[in-house]
Amino acid sequence: MGKWAIAVHGGAGVDPNLPVQRQEAAKQLLTRCLNLGISGLRSNCPAIDVVELVVRELETDPLFNSGRGSALTENGTVEMEASIMDGPKRRCGAVSGLTTVKNPISLARLVMEKSPHSYLAFSGAEEFARQQGVELVDNEYFITEENLGMLKLAKEANSILFDYRIPNGGFETCSAGAAATDSPLQMNGLPISLYAPETVGCVVVDQEGRCAAATSTGGLMNKRTGRIGDSPLIGAGTYASNLCGVSCTGEGEAIIRATLARDVAAVMEYKGLCLQEAVDFVIKERLDEGQAGLIAVSKNGEVACGFNANGMFRGCATEDGFMEVGIWP
Amino acid sequence: MGWAIALHGGAGDIPVTMPPERRQPREAALRHCLDIGVDALKSQKHALDVVELVVRELENNPNFNAGKGSVLTNAGTVEMEACIMDGNTKRCGAVSGLTTVINPISLSRLVMEKTPHIYLAFDGAEAFAREQGVETIDSSHFITPENIERLKQAKEAKRVQIDYSQPIQKDVEKELPAASGGSQLGTVGCVAVDNQGNLAAATSTGGLVNKMVGRIGDTPIIGSGTYANNLCAVSATGKGEAIIRHTVARDVAAVMEFKGLSLKEASAYVVEECVPRGNVGLIAVSASGEVTMPFNTTGMFRACATEDGYSQIGIWTSVE
Repeated sequence: MGKWAIAVHGGAGVDPNLPVQRQEAAKQLLTRCLNLGISGLRSNCPAIDVVELVVRELETDPLFNSGRGSALTENGTVEMEASIMDGPKRRCGAVSGLTTVKNPISLARLVMEKSPHSYLAFSGAEEFARQQGVELVDNEYFITEENLGMLKLAKEANSILFDYRIPNGGFETCSAGAAATDSPLQMNGLPISLYAPETVGCVVVDQEGRCAAATSTGGLMNKRTGRIGDSPLIGAGTYASNLCGVSCTGEGEAIIRATLARDVAAVMEYKGLCLQEAVDFVIKERLDEGQAGLIAVSKNGEVACGFNANGMFRGCATEDGFMEVGIWP
Repeated sequence: MGWAIALHGGAGDIPVTMPPERRQPREAALRHCLDIGVDALKSQKHALDVVELVVRELENNPNFNAGKGSVLTNAGTVEMEACIMDGNTKRCGAVSGLTTVINPISLSRLVMEKTPHIYLAFDGAEAFAREQGVETIDSSHFITPENIERLKQAKEAKRVQIDYSQPIQKDVEKELPAASGGSQLGTVGCVAVDNQGNLAAATSTGGLVNKMVGRIGDTPIIGSGTYANNLCAVSATGKGEAIIRHTVARDVAAVMEFKGLSLKEASAYVVEECVPRGNVGLIAVSASGEVTMPFNTTGMFRACATEDGYSQIGIWTSVE
């Protein structure tokens, strides 16, 4: 029997001015999710079940950008996406454009197990959800006051950042402008204080050495309706094989171009790197100017994470008692 | 060195008994598309422009499963997807769920060039098309009688069918040797390297016959159906779900980079060792002007040419 290991994340790219209470709340949620996963593993649940139940928890809690608490589209609505992959046979399922499905990750699993396809989106995915009888709610359920406020600021920041006609004096009088100038840090074109770290995820290897990965998100704040990021794309945001399980977060476009999740497994498979070396390699070599992070487990019970963003909400634990939750490097 | 180009019109269980009246128009189309691609390369066009113009031509041809001639969803509608990638910069663009855009590949290029995003789908993609003023037309334009018949047969057989080139005669009982997987054909694509060594890949499709509304395949997924970096450019075709789980296009490049295999060896490895028989074909070119077109299906509509005068048009047995 091998050893289990688990990692979770709540997104890469964190506001350096995030109030301490928020940081504490985030760490508590990550700890709770780790413990949930650990109980599952101790009861011999297979990796694929554990990643789903942990991501469901992250989707249900409004703290991070997935499910309830998702970032908003430019129209003030929520469009969610998710993907899940089971290492042993590389079965996978993905969904995009969900507006009423309470737990996107569970619908992704149903796509994998109950449909002849791997990826369903928008009205077709919603129809499948109805046929499968999953829990559906109004779009308003997912929208939080906080994100409505963030959307407004993001729209203002967008027009300030790109409207050369506003005289410099305009910056100080607007909180979005202040946000834009106080911290020059940006993620995906937004000032870091307005950026909702995209995605939550979980990777697990169980005692049988089976790896699984799951990722879920509301996407980029103020995104165009119909924009798909890396989270539902197998090989980009999510990947699992018989060697490892990987879930990524950060600038979606950079992750897609880098096929980040697949590359971790590819360098292990084709270059013989171990898990941590593979994670370090892709973060260092594959991201160009993009900012991202990832969590990964290997079939040997190892866990690793890496990021080149300024922070990543994360936690990991292994069977021999190691447990760690963190935000900053 | 030198330029090289390859294009495909789909891989699958293409029956060797295909009658001349079905075979010839397809071969002629492949020849025509190869010619325009080669002319463009000879006129020093950038690889990205070349792959786009060739795929536009394939989309416009109703004999292939992309643009006009796209296969139908289980609701009898058309939902098209496409993807383009520039090897030098690894910039890419993808679209899914298009119903009125005449050339999906061109819209995917606009996503790449005119938005900060990579991938737009369904209503959002259609809205973007209107903003950009691309050519759109009523959905009925894309639907051909052949595909209406294919859908009918697939529904009767209760199959999500990927067979594109079965005979359409009603009295023929179709029991495909490839059983429930059906024959896989669908997608058009083009890869090219120009004289400056720029690589690009482009893929476009209507998807699977009788697919669920909203089903997305491998074509718009970077690393699965389409990929290009500074080593090679790849476009895959076949059973989408298999291509996704095996990240086919990315794996060709990864095996070249990490194991030092040549383009041909890497492509053969992925097609023969990684993906189950009957599921995939691909076209690929390398920065040094090599070209390869392996497939593990019965056939793949394909054509290629290199600057040193080599050219090939084929459907069945790979000669490489």
